[in-house]
Amino acid sequence: MIRKSGCRFSEKIMLKQRDRAMDLSIRNVRKEFDRFAALDDVSLDIRSGELIALLGPSGSGKTTLLRLIAGLDHPTGGQIFFGGEDASVKTVQERNIGFVFQSYALFRHMNVLDNIGFGLSVRRGADRMAKAEIARRATELLDLVQLSGLERRYPHQLSGGQRQRVALARAMAIEPSVLLLDEPFGALDAKVRRDLRSWLREIHDATGHTTVFVTHDQDEALELADRVVVMNEGRIEQIGTADDVYDTPNSPFVFGFIGESSSLPIHVEAGQLWFEDRPLGLPAGDAPDGKALLYFRPQEVKLLDGCGGCIAGTVAAGRRVAGTRRLELEVGGHRERVEIEVPASHPAAARSRIAFRPEKWRLFGTPGEAAPSEKVRRISGWPAAVQAGEGSSAARR
Amino acid sequence: MVIDQPFSAAGAQTPPPRSAVTEGRATRVALTVIALLFLAVFLVLPLVIVFLQAFANGVGAYFAALTEPDAVAAIQLTLLVAAIAVPLNLAFGVAAAWAVAKFEFKGKAFLTTLIDLPFSVSPVISGLVYVLLFGSQSLLGPWLAAHGVQILFAVPGIVLATIFVTFPFVARELIPLMEEQGTADEEAALSLGASGWQTFLRVTLPNVKWGLLYGVLLCNARAMGEFGAVSVVSGHIRGLTNTMPLQVEILYNEYNFAGAFAVASLLALLALVTLIIKTILEFRYGDALSGSTGH
Repeated sequence: MIRKSGCRFSEKIMLKQRDRAMDLSIRNVRKEFDRFAALDDVSLDIRSGELIALLGPSGSGKTTLLRLIAGLDHPTGGQIFFGGEDASVKTVQERNIGFVFQSYALFRHMNVLDNIGFGLSVRRGADRMAKAEIARRATELLDLVQLSGLERRYPHQLSGGQRQRVALARAMAIEPSVLLLDEPFGALDAKVRRDLRSWLREIHDATGHTTVFVTHDQDEALELADRVVVMNEGRIEQIGTADDVYDTPNSPFVFGFIGESSSLPIHVEAGQLWFEDRPLGLPAGDAPDGKALLYFRPQEVKLLDGCGGCIAGTVAAGRRVAGTRRLELEVGGHRERVEIEVPASHPAAARSRIAFRPEKWRLFGTPGEAAPSEKVRRISGWPAAVQAGEGSSAARR
Repeated sequence: MVIDQPFSAAGAQTPPPRSAVTEGRATRVALTVIALLFLAVFLVLPLVIVFLQAFANGVGAYFAALTEPDAVAAIQLTLLVAAIAVPLNLAFGVAAAWAVAKFEFKGKAFLTTLIDLPFSVSPVISGLVYVLLFGSQSLLGPWLAAHGVQILFAVPGIVLATIFVTFPFVARELIPLMEEQGTADEEAALSLGASGWQTFLRVTLPNVKWGLLYGVLLCNARAMGEFGAVSVVSGHIRGLTNTMPLQVEILYNEYNFAGAFAVASLLALLALVTLIIKTILEFRYGDALSGSTGH
């Protein structure tokens, strides 16, 4: 299995890679497939040596963006810069990237060593390398990915996790300027995933590659990446550290996609938030009067006894989640459902009434306010996040 | 899996447990016997008769029939035709499979159907097409005659007809294989810096080599054994435009049974060798395929 030992990484590999790490700049990139915009005006700057996660649901364009960076596809519009150089016109071979495919794409008729050495063995002209040198380097990389001893194995004789590591070693063999990974752990079981996750972080820290990986797993993205790029429907919703995207999501989508969330349609009037005809006891700040959506996390609520400014609801369902209890409440005349978290010991009986107030929340414009064709997150005149609030109590960090 | 359990001792009320997908013994025996009988009557018996007839007048007569000049000419022509048609269809098949499996373009489904055309058309029609195209009554006929180019009733016509008939074999074998393998391996090779040609030689070709060999084998067997289309375009000129199957027919029509079956035995032998190699390949290639699944 995987030994956690960063010290085994060859100094030589580390130094070589650090010199080559490169910053990336993606400017106003657009990609259409049969007139369907898979990516729409995407701009992103990636610093040298950074570990970036492209996170989004399927169809959000994250893999498309990765393939555009690699040069496996070409943008319909916009530019991609490697260092200061415009890479848009370069072929995939010229870009010198290391790409790890979701399916690994190991060459099935080559053994592990030949797979890793492939990128070096196809070099021609001045870059041509001697066979012994290629083998030496491949062995070194095999050691880096902790698979020494499996040199002569064929891909079908390896486990999923081992194939993944061979694929990574193969990509690193060409000393790429950028390492790109497409759902690197997608096909692995949960245990191996977790192991490989921390292992990848170690390799990244040791080799210093500029690394971009695609994932739909928020835990993976938040845990592993320096910065997370949250994508939805071909656009970047938010770029930020794990703390940024979790604590201050800038759109309903990010709020809903990362972590758990509940939302409630409310309205703003006289500097107060109102749910139907009740005040919530939350200040509206500078949010304009009118309809809005209140977002909060189930675990960031405070239960109240009386209800002078609160959200009150009837318990519709409850379930035990690890150390806590999740309650589904029906609130208001339209029986809107929201989820809150209470201590496991809470005696929440079905149909009993519970009152609470979010301790942290964010307000977003409602879709109804905007032109019908526009999405929630593009409310005209509204900033993406109108108002974020924090309760006066312990929620402050 | 078949589990045969002896009935337990007296008083056993329940039949022994049996796999849900297994038939009773009687049914199994009956099915096996029917299959074997069918094989014996329709496949083995004819094959045996071919060889019996070939050697009916003794081994000497057999070799005499094979070394007779017309027979030698027929064998040589057959080998020549196969030597031209098979490599051409190999190249075409690889190109077509590559195009269909690795790229998206308009008319792809149409091209796939078109590749199958020679399978669905009677070989006689395939031959007639070339007669209509190059015959003296055709548009091209007079021009060809004026320039002294002989296509019909000559080797070029036979080669063309053979290419037409055998043209789906390699492509048909490769397309599903390449489609299943997808383009990830090629993309991986390109991303590692390999050129298009290096990718083809070092990644694509090795990935399909067993399938390719299998296709070539079938293509070759058909190229050597084709009768209908070749019969229409060859003109049956002894020693010149007779391939082995045509030679067999002529000898047979002349009641030269020993001679006909001697040549036929070569074709039968070719079929047997093809079958054996095919079985070996299937063994290897099935293994290679199963080894590659899960990638």
